[in-house]
This record gives sequence, structure tokens and C-alpha cells, in this order.
Amino acid sequence: MISLLAELSYWQVTSIRVVAGLVAVLLVAGTLVYAHLFKMVSFMQSRLGPMEAGPYGSLQLLAEIGKFLQKEDIVPARADRFVFKAAPFVVLTSTFLLLVVLPGGPDAWFISNDLGVYLAMAVGSVSVIGILMAGWGSASKYSLLGGLRATGQLIAYELPLLLAVVGVVIQAETMNLQGIVLAQAEGEIFGWGAIGNPFILTQFAGFGIFMIAMQAELTQTPFDMPVAESELVTGYMTEYSGLRFLLFFIGEFATAGVFSAIAAVLFLGGWYVPGLDPADNLFNVLGPLVLFGKVVLLTFLVFWVRFTFPRFREDQLQRLAWKFLVPLALANIVVTGVLKVAL
Amino acid sequence: MTVTERQQLSYIAAQAADARVNLEIETEGMTLNIGPQHPATHGTLRIVAKLDGEQVVSAEPVMGYMHRGYEKLAEVRTYPQVTTLINRIDWLGSFANEVPFILAAERLMEVEAPPRAQWIRTILFELSRIANITLFLGDMAVQVGAITPVFFAFRDREHVLNQIEAATGGRFHPNFDRIGGLKDDLPAGWVAETRQAMRKIRTFCDQIEELVEGNEIFQARTRGIGVIPADIGLSYGLSGANIRASGVDWDLRRDSPCGLVHDQVDWKVWTHPDGDSFARFWVRLQETREATKIVDQLLDAIPSGPIMAKVPVIIKVPAGEAYVETENPLGVMGYYVVSKGDVYPFRVKIRSASFSNVSITPWLLKGVYVPDIITILGSLYFILGDIDR
Repeated sequence: MISLLAELSYWQVTSIRVVAGLVAVLLVAGTLVYAHLFKMVSFMQSRLGPMEAGPYGSLQLLAEIGKFLQKEDIVPARADRFVFKAAPFVVLTSTFLLLVVLPGGPDAWFISNDLGVYLAMAVGSVSVIGILMAGWGSASKYSLLGGLRATGQLIAYELPLLLAVVGVVIQAETMNLQGIVLAQAEGEIFGWGAIGNPFILTQFAGFGIFMIAMQAELTQTPFDMPVAESELVTGYMTEYSGLRFLLFFIGEFATAGVFSAIAAVLFLGGWYVPGLDPADNLFNVLGPLVLFGKVVLLTFLVFWVRFTFPRFREDQLQRLAWKFLVPLALANIVVTGVLKVAL
Repeated sequence: MTVTERQQLSYIAAQAADARVNLEIETEGMTLNIGPQHPATHGTLRIVAKLDGEQVVSAEPVMGYMHRGYEKLAEVRTYPQVTTLINRIDWLGSFANEVPFILAAERLMEVEAPPRAQWIRTILFELSRIANITLFLGDMAVQVGAITPVFFAFRDREHVLNQIEAATGGRFHPNFDRIGGLKDDLPAGWVAETRQAMRKIRTFCDQIEELVEGNEIFQARTRGIGVIPADIGLSYGLSGANIRASGVDWDLRRDSPCGLVHDQVDWKVWTHPDGDSFARFWVRLQETREATKIVDQLLDAIPSGPIMAKVPVIIKVPAGEAYVETENPLGVMGYYVVSKGDVYPFRVKIRSASFSNVSITPWLLKGVYVPDIITILGSLYFILGDIDR
């Protein structure tokens, strides 16, 4: 695959990677929305879910997209038109950029950046700006409250998310996500290297913090204060309709998938399967599938929690972040650092 | 050079900002209209909340968006026709709406329903209580953010609605109660099926207990939120589970049974000392269990006999006044019926529980945060039709 890509010029390689990226995101988002939101959740709630569109309702997502595309794109009269219209794209851009650093195999990556994790965390926070833009631009009080809540919450949970990653970075000795996967593949647990060293075993505290903070980053229940259907009537999304609402909707679920992918890379060994040679060319095909399997597993957790728990109040979720998650993450870093030096 | 209004305003704002640059930052209040169309009001109640940040400075419920004038409409309906209207007051437990009106009319006519009719009436009364409160148990979870329990509520509520439909022919608006008895007798096999439905409701209650009541987040969201002291609650005219959650041991089914046979069975009135949103949820959960027990015991011993007393074909109610109130799913519901000896009631005044229950909101919502408004409104549990009539 390296030789194949090396013969092409830069723009051709870039185009291939961009198309592959778009397909990967849409596929992931589509499958996740269908499999998880529509079917898994339906079974949880003792209903059948979509049954009519396509065999067993499998084309429901396309039907939904068709429905949203037909709807009128309404901009409120007093809205800040440019900000209002740009907001969903900012949110979606943040999601798509997150995907850039994800490795799917030894050669199946978009960019291999030595600051991979750092870049992911940085572009992941861009969505806050989009949400604040939506909240402010809508000229609606519900949206404004939702936008402000989202900002406060995302800032609070960005910190434990980042601190949880620091433990992994210390252990892997690299910020390159590809390097982190290889560190897990080639690592060993007290001299026993049969399954490598998925960092979930050593960084379990970090994994827990990452999953909780991720749930908050995604504004999913129990941290869905900013959207809160029953009180703020979906907060910053209140005034959106048609395609722009769909973009927010896709952004929400695609971000769930992409963040789960990052968690899978950081803690579950990414595309690696124990027992095989990580440099094997087979992983360029198998790797993305393995990664996708792990993503499905993690998103199952995300949506399971989402559809089971009630939501926190604003002050309660801030207290959880600052008084519990941040100290725990810091302690995790200290312990990891000490053990790294001592062992 | 002309100065536009906007420039002038921004100049004034800048001056004001300079003036208090070293003072504490002052924020302007914001008025938030919760409703008339809002998921938390499940209907068309409007709450005008003046907010400081996310804290409520004052809140005022605005009612009447759904006013249908049933009291006035009842004056041009014959007595049997009135039940069709009042079915639609509390539409989740509609049979229970008919009972106090029919009892008031029976009291004026000095007829009494035969024992079998009384027992079936009580069973249907309790079934509509279950149909009503099971929805609350799911809905309360939605108000604090959990989506799933409401589906369980709708699923298991269906068993009760099926039984109501089997007996009366109407799922939502049975219109089954008659002056002097009931429209029909029970269909064959109904008793056994109802027992099964009661078992399912008890399972549902256990599920809700695990899924909602035992959840730490639910408890954190509801405990200590919207505390109503007993004396304040009584002075606002609260009734039903709302006042029992404040520790007032008052249930008309036990304290003044009139025409219903709750005194024939063994059951318990649940109270909770806390008076907060959690207590209201807890009391309603226990009440649902208790109602299934009442139904089970009543099913065991339905007396045989006619289901209709001897009443004339054209019902003329003798002149007089009567007020009958019963413990309905939402609280105390009463009908004050004035008759002038005609086929129509001269005046009907409906005392509905939700109207009084909602009247406490300005007192209760002062100083709470926006998310708690929803919790409190959810836990007070009103039906819009019951507020506006």
C-alpha cells in the first residue's frame, strides 16, 4: 500500500484520503445511528423501532435524511444570520477534523502527526464555538441558555478529558496515535506480552474518566443539560430546522463515534489484534474493521448510559467535574509518572 | 450629524458600563416564557418566569389556554349527558371524573346504586387511578432527563386501558357511570384478566423503583427540591399525593367514603415526611401498588345482583344542592350541583385538584433554578384539562 501511494502525486493521495475519510465518517455515523439509536434503543424501550423503510427498517436513516432535506430552512427574524447559518458547519468541521489523526492500520491513516492526541483534543474543542454560535445566533432565550450551559460544561469537562489522556501519553511515551497503538501492541504486562498491553488495564482510572468526560463532551445524558429536551427544548438547536438541524444531529452522533474511536485507540489497542504482527499488511484491511468493532462496543456503552440515566443539574455536573474527575485525573497522572520512572 | 437611536443607546450603555466599572457586575433580568407550548407543561400551561441567570426571581402560572367552559356547558346538558363532558377533565383517569358528579346527582335524587354497581364502580375508579399514575411514574423520569421509563409506562398502562375498554367500551372516555348504577355488567373473563393486569402493574412498579427511584442522579435531582411544608400546602388547597407527601395523612377514600366501597377492603394510606419532589414521586409509586391491592381484594368479592337501581327513564333531579368530593388520581375532586328540579342542572361548580395544586407554583418556584422548575412541575403532576376544565 505504501508503494501504491508513493507513486501517486500529493494531490492524488490527498484526494483519496479525503474521500476515504468522508466515507468512513458517514459510514460510521450512519451505522451508529441506525444500529444504536434506532434499533438498540428501541429494544431497550420495548418497541420495534423502524420497520418500514427497507428490509427491517435498515434504510430508515436515508428516509430521515430525505425528510430533513425537504423541510424549510427557517432562520428566525432576529437571528444573527451569518452566525446562525455557519454554526452547524463549525460543529461538523470539528467532528471531521477529529478523524484526521485516527490510524486504521499500519499504513491506513490520513496524517501521522507527532502531536496527534494534542491535535485531536484541540480540534475537538472547536465544536464549543459552534454551539455557542448557535446559542447566540438564534436570538432565542432557550437557545442562549443552552449555549451558555454547553460552554460552561464543555470547558469543565475538557480538562479531565485531557488529563486522562496524559496518563496514556506518559505510558506510551508518544503523542502520535499510531505510536500509541504500536506501544500497546508491542508492550507487555510484567514480562508477559501475549496480548500486548492495552492501556485499559493500566490506565483504567484514565479510561473511566475519559468515558465520563466524553459523555459530557458529547452532551449526552446524564450530561445533556445543554440540550435538555424536557426543559430547554433541545437548547441551542431549538431554532434550527431542515438541513441545518440534520447537520447538528449528524455531528452529535458522528462525534460520539469519533470520540469512541479515539478512546478505542488510546485504551483498547486501536486496530491491533493480539497474536499478529503489527507490521503485517493484513492490518490495512483488518485494522479498520477491528477499530470499528471496538467503536461499536464503546458507543454501545455511551448510548446505554444515555438512554438509562436521568440528567444532572448544572451545578451537580460542575461539581462532579471539578471536585471529583479533575483531582482523580491528576492523581492518576502522578501515579502513572511515578510508576513509569520506578519500573 | 444625526444620531440614530441605536448609537444613542450604545452611548448610554457605555456610560453606564463606565460608571459601574469598579462596582459589582450587575446583570439584567430575563423573562422566560415556559409554555404555552413546552414539553414540560404537557398541555398548554404557561409559566412566566423572571430569571436572574438561571435562578427564578418570580414565576407565575398563566392558565386558561385550554378552558372549555364545562361548568357552563353542563347547564344546557341533561344529567346523563354531562358525564360525556366531564370525562375530558382529567383525561388520563377519566372514569374517576364521572364518579363524584354521579354521586352528587344520586344524593339529590336519593337513590343508591346496588352493591354490585358500587363495587364495580370502585374497581374502575381504582383502575383509572392506576392508568393515570403509571403515566406520571414514567413522565417524572422524562422531566429529569431519562427517556426510557416513559415507554415502560405506556407499555404497562396499556394492560389497564385494555381492561377499562373491555368493561366500558372506551379506552379514554368510558362514559360508563349512570345515575343509579352502571351502563353494563362486566364481560365474561374480565376478573381473571384484570388480576393479570394488576400483576403486570406491580412488576412495572418494581421496575420503576429500580430504574428511577433508586437512581442516584434521580435522587440528587429530586431530594430537597420543591419542599412544601404541610401548613403551606394546606393553605394553598393542595390535595392528593401532593399533600400526603408533606406528611398530611388525609385521604378521602378512607376518611369520608361516600358511595364507594373503599372501606370494605384492607389498604393503607401512604405519607412521606419530606414534602419534596422525591416524596411526591415516592407516595405516588406506593399509591399505585396500593391501588392494585384494592382492586385485587375487590375482585375477590364482587357481590352479585343488579347493576342498576330503579330510576325513571327521563331523569329529573329534585331541587336542592349537593357537594360530593372524592379522592381522584390527581387529588380531591368535587362537584357542587345545584338543581331546580329540571332535567338540566341549574349550576355545576367543579373543584378540580390540579387547579389548586398548580396555584402553589409562584410560592414554590421562587429562588429555584431552571432545571428545578421542570422537576417541580413534573412532581406536582397536573393535567391541563384538570386545571382549565
